[in-house]
Amino acid sequence: MSFLTIENLNAEVGPAPILRDVSLSVAAGEVRGLVGESGAGKSMIGKAVLGTLPSAIEISSGRIVLEGEDLQAMRPRDRRRVIGAKAALIPQDPLTALNPSRRVGPQITDRLVDILGWTRHDAQTRALELLDEVQIPEPERVMRAYPHELSGGMRQRILIASAFAAEPKLIIADEPTTALDVTVQKQILKLIKQMQARHGTALLFVTHDLGVVSKICQSLTVLYGGKVLEDTRIGDFFARPAHPYSAALLAATPKYTDPAASLTPVPEAVIDGVRAEIEAFDRMHGHV
Amino acid sequence: MTLIRRILLRLLTMAITLFGVAVIVFFVIRVVPGNPIAMMLPPGAGEEDIARLKALYGLDKTIPEQFVIWLSGVLQGDFGTSITTRQPVLALVLSRLPATLELSVVALVIAVAIGGTLALTGTRMRGTRSEGAIDVANGMALSVPDFLWGLVLILLFGVLWPVFHISGRVSPSLDLPFVTNFYLFESVLRLRFDIWADLVAHMFMPALALAIPLAAIIAQLLKQSLKETMHLDYVTLSRTKGYGENHVITREALPNAVLPTLTLIGVQFTFLIGGTVIIERLFSYEGLGNMAIDAVINRDLPLIQGIVILFALIFSVVNLVVDLTYAALNPRLRHG
Amino acid sequence: MADGRSQVKRRAGARLWLSATWLGLLVLGAVFAPLIAPQDPLAQDLFGARLPPFWEAGADAAFPLGSDSLGRDVLSRIIHGARIALGVALIAGTLTCLIGSGLGLIAGYFRGWPDMVISRLVDIWMAFPPVLFAILLIAVLGTGLSSIIIAIVVIDWTRFARVIRAEAMSQGAMDYVASAQVAGRKRFSILLAEILPNVLPTIVVLLTLEMGIAVIVEAILSFVNLSISTDQPTWGSMIAEGRLSIHQAWWVLVFPLVTLFLTVLSFSQLGEGLKDHFDPVLR
Repeated sequence: MSFLTIENLNAEVGPAPILRDVSLSVAAGEVRGLVGESGAGKSMIGKAVLGTLPSAIEISSGRIVLEGEDLQAMRPRDRRRVIGAKAALIPQDPLTALNPSRRVGPQITDRLVDILGWTRHDAQTRALELLDEVQIPEPERVMRAYPHELSGGMRQRILIASAFAAEPKLIIADEPTTALDVTVQKQILKLIKQMQARHGTALLFVTHDLGVVSKICQSLTVLYGGKVLEDTRIGDFFARPAHPYSAALLAATPKYTDPAASLTPVPEAVIDGVRAEIEAFDRMHGHV
Repeated sequence: MTLIRRILLRLLTMAITLFGVAVIVFFVIRVVPGNPIAMMLPPGAGEEDIARLKALYGLDKTIPEQFVIWLSGVLQGDFGTSITTRQPVLALVLSRLPATLELSVVALVIAVAIGGTLALTGTRMRGTRSEGAIDVANGMALSVPDFLWGLVLILLFGVLWPVFHISGRVSPSLDLPFVTNFYLFESVLRLRFDIWADLVAHMFMPALALAIPLAAIIAQLLKQSLKETMHLDYVTLSRTKGYGENHVITREALPNAVLPTLTLIGVQFTFLIGGTVIIERLFSYEGLGNMAIDAVINRDLPLIQGIVILFALIFSVVNLVVDLTYAALNPRLRHG
Repeated sequence: MADGRSQVKRRAGARLWLSATWLGLLVLGAVFAPLIAPQDPLAQDLFGARLPPFWEAGADAAFPLGSDSLGRDVLSRIIHGARIALGVALIAGTLTCLIGSGLGLIAGYFRGWPDMVISRLVDIWMAFPPVLFAILLIAVLGTGLSSIIIAIVVIDWTRFARVIRAEAMSQGAMDYVASAQVAGRKRFSILLAEILPNVLPTIVVLLTLEMGIAVIVEAILSFVNLSISTDQPTWGSMIAEGRLSIHQAWWVLVFPLVTLFLTVLSFSQLGEGLKDHFDPVLR
């Protein structure tokens, strides 16, 4: 039984398609990677699920089902509540994802108190627990601090704690390590994995880095031009990628086992093949 | 530490500015071709009378000498004696100051209320026709100065639909039990809401006239800075937590969008106070500005000097307060 | 989105044209005032006092917008008033612009002690309530057209100096200025040949806005009876008079007020329109 199901999702900016018949599902407790180059629409899928698509982008057809509830069919207010209670986001850039004029503590506890109706005291206790869990020293002091007083790594830990605060069943991590130093990246990735395992949360991990995917994910969706090219188990993907684009992508990724091996860029021919596939899709669906 | 240095530095520049204002006013006035002494004397007064009066007001000395005498007096709180009313300038000015301060502060509150509401509504309605309508109204309000808005209001609420008083500060028939000249403030303290209502009915139009241009500026800048803030990651994150548009705008975006608007409000508030001069005249409101115009027309030199210095002092204090508020509200500066 | 943008542009264009048309009409009226005005603006007729505008009962067709408490024709006085209003706007605006921009350019480009002095002066000027300052100057200089113009220049030069100083400073930091300096050009010639053309659009915009301000300052000064001799028709003095007889003859206040309102609005909208025109990136 999958926790999140996306069925034939289509989205456009004006006449231009952004998502083309996207279907994917994340089972309870599963970690799924969502891979593609920038502009492939992978972040848009995350935004569509969380209801934060820019107003210029319109969902024209398809369903997003969260634990049996069809989000598209709901009133906006109810949809926000359901998403707030069941899902959470770990954002890309920790430097801009915390409100600079609010203290850290309330930014972790606000959802618990305002949306889920916890008491202030319970929320406070919970936040302290979580900060401890994400290995932040002196949680009491950090709760009272303003974001600018903390390092980027610290802030990302806070955002992770905040995402897990309400025990959501699904977390969408939107390139959560891209904006960090390489050394910090590894720690954060490890932390996300630990937290996910401990809480049994389903995780949709948006990234362009197959290296990261190999470390954390159980299954994988490859995206190009807003279209799903391959949907597979992680072992199968690295052993025998089904789509030529996947194979080329794999060949273009540095091997952690053998960093010296030469990299082959994704060949033109493969890209042309994918483009032809997308054009054929658009013709079939009436986009020119 | 840095805050204290900041304050000291501001106080120093303030002192230099005030000194500059004093010098300019003093010397500009002394070039006056008109002779204030002649106006005070009955026709046919002799040379001796003139000389005696000149000596009394210190006008027989050279201009630099007069300046030194005047400045040393000012530093001891003595601004001289008004030529027309023969009362101490300081007492006269202080008796009118509360009226102008009340008017300015009420105008500021109205401006912030209207401007803030328009900015928030405009942000809520961004991309729709309503936002366009707000922008056009803003542009109009910005282009036309308080003096003209005052006249328009007189026509609207004084003539077409006469609900407010068009002149004065308070109805002369009312018996005022107040010990200070902060009537509006004191009427609330003494729970005299009948007087309070009368004061408001007098103050409403001049305050609104002063507030309209400032409200438009606040609306414009705050909306722009809100709209920029609405694209930031922490706003998006707040949406994913389940918060609606109103909460996101007021709780997440507003605190950050207010800061750049605040400095502007400070500068514009000094313009608003400057505007009280003509607005008070227009509505025959008994404040400092109205007194200033009378003083100029009557060539009452000591009084003019006193009023201008006081205005300059108010401007400088407002700027200082804004500067410090900015420092206090910005967490980045606060924790240096 | 593209649709929305063109709509905004069209609206801005319409605003620009409306403003220019109104100001154009006003200029024509001012130039040909003696030919157009139906009456002598100074002719009093106490038997024809407070005649209402043409559409009301008891109106006289020779006084289309009615007459004031001394029986003077409102329309003729408005048309003649345009001469003074626009004359002041043109002369005071231009002088203010020349002096303010000149000082701003010097301060912003040469920096050093001239900048120190000019900036300090600007700070001091900012501490004066402008209306009070204007009234004070008029009291000193005596009433009259030239006094009004001098007062406006003395008060408002800072408006240009502040903005132009900042612009000249940012232009002065650009590479093309540095390369001109390396090429051995005289600093003054760089100022005229390189900096000035780049700040000119801003100067034009400020000048347009300043003209609107000059019109309002003149009106305010005539309102407090400090403008020019009282028998000259000015919008401000008409408004002052109308303000007193507002309950008996609203038209004496309304027509000059509407004229003044439209004129000030037009100058300002024209300025804003020009700003958008010169700087499309900003919009």
